[in-house]
Amino acid sequence: MTLPNGVERHDFDGETGLATRGEPVYGEATDGAWRRWDPDRSKLGAMLALGMETGLAGGETVLYLGAAAGTTVSHVADFAGPTYAVEFAPRPVRDLLDAADPRPTLFPLLKDAREPESYAHVVEPVDVLVQDVATRGQALVANRNAGFLRPDGRLLLSIKARSEDVTADPAAVFEDVLTTLEERYEIEASESLAPHHDDHLGVVAGPRRDGTF
Amino acid sequence: MTDGWFAGLDPDDDEAAVATIREGSADEPAEWPRLAVDAGFADDTDDYYDRLRAATTAAAEQAVQEREGADDRQLVHAVRSMADCERTANELAERVAEWGESRSADAGSGVEYARELAASEPSDPAGERVQSLAQRVVDLDEEADRLRAYIDRTAPEVAPNLAALAGPVLAARLVSLAGGLESLAKKPSGTVQVLGAEDALFAHLRGSAPSPKHGIIFTHEAVRGTHPDHRGSAARALAGKLTIAARIDHYSGDLRPDLQAELDERIEAIQSRTGGDGE
Ligand SMILES: C[S@@+](CC[C@H](N)C(=O)[O-])C[C@H]1O[C@@H](n2cnc3c(N)ncnc32)[C@H](O)[C@@H]1O
Repeated sequence: MTLPNGVERHDFDGETGLATRGEPVYGEATDGAWRRWDPDRSKLGAMLALGMETGLAGGETVLYLGAAAGTTVSHVADFAGPTYAVEFAPRPVRDLLDAADPRPTLFPLLKDAREPESYAHVVEPVDVLVQDVATRGQALVANRNAGFLRPDGRLLLSIKARSEDVTADPAAVFEDVLTTLEERYEIEASESLAPHHDDHLGVVAGPRRDGTF
Repeated sequence: MTDGWFAGLDPDDDEAAVATIREGSADEPAEWPRLAVDAGFADDTDDYYDRLRAATTAAAEQAVQEREGADDRQLVHAVRSMADCERTANELAERVAEWGESRSADAGSGVEYARELAASEPSDPAGERVQSLAQRVVDLDEEADRLRAYIDRTAPEVAPNLAALAGPVLAARLVSLAGGLESLAKKPSGTVQVLGAEDALFAHLRGSAPSPKHGIIFTHEAVRGTHPDHRGSAARALAGKLTIAARIDHYSGDLRPDLQAELDERIEAIQSRTGGDGE
């Protein structure tokens, strides 16, 4: 697997880890201008660390849903192009604003990802849709936002089994979520994010050709 | 509306830009950077992104500041109003169904039937009245949905940890039953466990019933998804974590994502006692 431009493996305290170039955000280790992208704290980081074929090349336009305090989206903005970060809880957005401060093309949006019309007047069509909302109805959120993806774009999704149903078997939850996703996407790959994140599934998908907005 | 946020905007009017970022909408995305340059709003795409960043950052700052003022009183009123709307919608829907039945053999029931009726063409004066009544049911049902959306949005602001563990609506119900976040934070977890089961609790205190194992927290997956024999333990474990979450929310406001993992672990241990799949 090739890493996107702007993501490199660096040595941190004798351990090799992914890194991007930018201002530190969450107390992560640094190596010169490079800062460690901790796969235990980032689902997308785990997808890359596990060697999933994300198709990321660097420089893409990105819509990121569930940005929280900006841990992952700050790394994305380090190697991608214009990056739109949607988060609906105000508390983490305070930290997201700090992460965005030294990043000129990271655009914070305090919006609800279930209501894409509320930011479609701001967000342009994107090459990559990243989603990590970890709430019930994760597949529906992705489906509702499918209209932002360019025809050759990619969805990089993290599914948290317990967000759908704490008691159900994760495998059954993943099955369900993937089936719903197939209404709008063609699944290209899916892989467990263990050992970095338990009961999480990483998904790479493209828009369905017969899909409409 | 399918215009970009910059449509009709004076490039130097920062306040207006913030307002359209926050309140505007569009049916679908479009190549906004190019369109903004074409429209003369920005000199080139770099200039556009600079303006976009200034506007989105200012809009997010403003919204965060405003919402920090969100208080538990508003949440309490919202969740009580939602319950009232739902209950009233259901009661009125029954009335509508009863009336509908007297006029048509294939009358349905519930809010769904009211929705059908509301969309129908009345054929006589009585029909007009039923149809209008049905419309009230639909309005109330939609109001309940909007209140739920408001709760989904604001409960995580008022009580982030509690909302994360309990879900926004249950979190709001607990705050409402306790009479505020502060008094919820001050309640022992045994009380939180039976909040909403006051009737059963009083019956127990009078000696006429067993003590209730759970109140409103029964609606949580951790309790409902546990075998009845072990629901008492599950309710106790859940109430314990919810109480901690409410205290952190009230006293510090920090985010403690590990609470969820701790709860999941406890519930898993309790559910595995049945040896079954938790049903
Ligand atoms: C697991 S956290 C994301 C962590 C983040 N992606 C990272 O790696 O840095 C999930 C986030 O999604 C947010 N979220 C959940 N539902 C959402 C929605 N409908 N719209 C926007 N954000 C949402 C939550 O508030 C929370 O901050």
